[in-house]
Amino acid sequence: MPVTDPSASHFKEPLLKTPFHERVRALCEVDSYVPWAGYTTVDVFTSVEHEYFAIRNAATLYDLTPMVKYRISGRDAPAYLNRLVTRDIAKLGRDRVAYCVWCNDAGHIIDDGTVFRLGDAQFQLCTAMRQIDWLLASAIGFDVEIEEVTERIAALALQGPTSCAVLKAAGIDGIDGLKPFEIGRFTLGLAPITVSRTGFTGDLGYELWMTPEAAEPVWDALMAAGRARGIRAIGSQALNIARIEAGFISPNVDFVSAEHSLRVGRDRSPLELGLEWLVDFDKGHFTGRRALLAERRRGPRRRLVGLDVAGTKPAHNALVYSSRTGKREIGSVTSAVWSPTCKRNIALAMVDAPYFAMGSTVWVDIYLNRELVWERRMMQAGVVERAFFAPARRRSTPPADF
Amino acid sequence: MAARGASAKYDCAVIGGGHNGLVCATLLARGGRSVVVLEANRGLGGAAATREFAPGFRVSACAHLLHLMPAALQRELRLDEHGFIAAATQMPTTALVADGAALARGAGDVGGADAAAYARYDAPMRCLAAALAPMLSRVPPRLGTHRWSDLVPLLQLGWRVRRLGTRDMRELLRIVGMNVYDLLEENFESVELKGALGLDAVLGTNFGPRSPGTVLTLLHRLAGQSTVGAAGLSQPKGGMGGLCDALARAAGAAGVVIRTSAPVARIEVDRDRASGVLLEDGERIAARTVISSADPRTTFLRLLGTGHLDAGFARRVANFRSRGLAAKLHLALDRAPDFTGLKPERAVGRLLIAPSLRYIEQAYNHAKYGEYSRAPVMEITVPSINDAGLAPAGRHVLSAVVQYAPYSLQGGWEQERARFADLAIDTLARYAPGLRGTIIASELLSPLDIEREFHITGGHWHHGDLAFDQFWMVRPVPGAAQYRTPLDGLFLCGAGCHPGGGVIGAAGRNAAHQVLHEAA
Repeated sequence: MPVTDPSASHFKEPLLKTPFHERVRALCEVDSYVPWAGYTTVDVFTSVEHEYFAIRNAATLYDLTPMVKYRISGRDAPAYLNRLVTRDIAKLGRDRVAYCVWCNDAGHIIDDGTVFRLGDAQFQLCTAMRQIDWLLASAIGFDVEIEEVTERIAALALQGPTSCAVLKAAGIDGIDGLKPFEIGRFTLGLAPITVSRTGFTGDLGYELWMTPEAAEPVWDALMAAGRARGIRAIGSQALNIARIEAGFISPNVDFVSAEHSLRVGRDRSPLELGLEWLVDFDKGHFTGRRALLAERRRGPRRRLVGLDVAGTKPAHNALVYSSRTGKREIGSVTSAVWSPTCKRNIALAMVDAPYFAMGSTVWVDIYLNRELVWERRMMQAGVVERAFFAPARRRSTPPADF
Repeated sequence: MAARGASAKYDCAVIGGGHNGLVCATLLARGGRSVVVLEANRGLGGAAATREFAPGFRVSACAHLLHLMPAALQRELRLDEHGFIAAATQMPTTALVADGAALARGAGDVGGADAAAYARYDAPMRCLAAALAPMLSRVPPRLGTHRWSDLVPLLQLGWRVRRLGTRDMRELLRIVGMNVYDLLEENFESVELKGALGLDAVLGTNFGPRSPGTVLTLLHRLAGQSTVGAAGLSQPKGGMGGLCDALARAAGAAGVVIRTSAPVARIEVDRDRASGVLLEDGERIAARTVISSADPRTTFLRLLGTGHLDAGFARRVANFRSRGLAAKLHLALDRAPDFTGLKPERAVGRLLIAPSLRYIEQAYNHAKYGEYSRAPVMEITVPSINDAGLAPAGRHVLSAVVQYAPYSLQGGWEQERARFADLAIDTLARYAPGLRGTIIASELLSPLDIEREFHITGGHWHHGDLAFDQFWMVRPVPGAAQYRTPLDGLFLCGAGCHPGGGVIGAAGRNAAHQVLHEAA
């Protein structure tokens, strides 16, 4: 299980540039960058609102290259992944993608990510954080090869209702037959690209995987093909609004990796994050299974839920209370935003038992800075399902021609 | 390897017929369980066996002295009734010194300025060891639970330590993390005495006298010795195999089914519970509980497979340090060896070549870098003096533990074995000048040979280093330190568990208690 491709140039510059860097820099009008997994990435190109509305109404390009990617292959690769993640990988067909989480021995989440089945015993694992230590520990006793390929694969997310039309206009035939979570192999211009119908927006969208050399030609081709469909480049802030609307969780925001947390009681299990649909107790042993079985018997102590908050002010960093008096603290908000599409004030919050029951009412305290004077508002919030925005177009195949 | 249907069903299947496996099986059978013991080799005993290394010459294959098995356990097993005979008890220890004058080691044997110092050193050490001794025969407690069964042993240990009195308790806390080099330097003048006393702290370990934690290993050994009662250092008749023969008879009398030449290929799992074992010849033996006396890495990584374990646990097992550093030298001699200056009444005992702490530390230096010691330390016995049956009439066998001989030797043991054996014989000949001419046959078991012969990963006598981080409540690894494993129905009972190896038998006994307790 050797780790190949030493990322040799990290020490020479504090942040690496992705193969799309020259293109995104040309478009980044407000010079707003954030570091992500060792790369410089754009936070805002022009304005968050413009970028956000392009996700929901047109098509958007997001540089996904810093997403950490591992190639996992070898005779035991399916068994290895099945022991690693909580879902049943045996049921994952070839050229299909599965959203997964993996846990430590205590059944607490280390990270979430996507598993791509590229062949019978060939997989790609995409994660937000570097995981090689845990992946190698999990490889003890398995005939499997793990290779980090982050720098060898450039990746773009093309998301939004017109994304399929953009790909067709760029000359990718047959893209409309690609089903959600399916992988297809195409050529764009001269470059071979792999396309998966996946994304982080909860909308119609695709993720495109290519060699670094193909990055700029592919970017240019998509921008040209998408001009009539309102394509624009987006930064992380706009994407964050879309992912909260979709109810997707973000590591180090909605949960902290069990391998990184220092304080007792900060780790989260998939049951607590409302991801029990990802846990297959019947598939055989996986890391954390015994602990999760015990937790299931006991019942989760807390749960990540959606909140529909009164008013229009996002409940950033708010504490959650059982009543308006604020005497009993029952949790805290992890992500909050005004949803422009839903026209609702939405939040994700970790709420203690038994208050997390769907339909129950809780209270959040919102702090407002009004010209340097802080005001505290106790607002009512309803516990609701987490996917605030789930349009039918994200699933329909072939997608409608927007 | 064609798997067949289960040939038999038992309550308990014990993997390995060494002393711990046999002790565990006997106590389980006495507790009303149907028990089968599965031993890979043709003979029982594991590393506690007697071995014929040349025609007519027999010797204990690994450990050659019995000094740690608690007298209470011997009584509990009724070993006397099952034919256990000690060929010698209360054996003296003598340090061999290069100029020929052998140095007696023991209370009353030390002269000069060190005599008073010895008394000052020895009595408190025994006192501390005795305070720790009861924990050897108990299942280690778990931390973080609020069960009385876990809290009581902790409180008892705390109480025993507290009861030592302020001065001794302070001394225990002061020295327990020290190295034995510094401790002995504080106490003694004589370099020979310091060497001889220091050897006990590092025998069978991966340490030199200056390694941290060597006072702990010494206290652990002394604690074990404090439980043996009047027998002291003793030698079983017929070698260590004599003990295991008696253990096997005790097991047989209790109704244990013993099968030799029955190597286990795999521990079988059904619905996340151990369900039996599969033998290498394809025979399947069903059992409600599987108890393995094999070392933790063999048990978890080879027999069970990491697929049935959580990744964090598997990583801890893979990191369990288990590389042996002790080799065993066996010599067939045509007459008794003549150690210069050694009085005949002391030749029956234990002889040490560890003339100074510096000598031991230098011997260890080589091992750190994958070389064998150029001037090794040794623990020697001539068992045929006490037990004439081990050699043809008038002839003798010499048995020596030789350190340091690292498992992962540069150049490999196949290449270097003969050279190291030669070096060990030369070292002996420095103290017994005529020895070389009397050798009829010789054998050196390197840690690699011990691994192959006795199926112990790394050839480590304790199945894994006895060190702070692999000790008591965290031995072999957290999650398996109470003989129970993360897999229901699978238990450990070998030297890799508390309180370790060296022919104690306590791991087997404690494990049996745990199994009987769980199932009840």
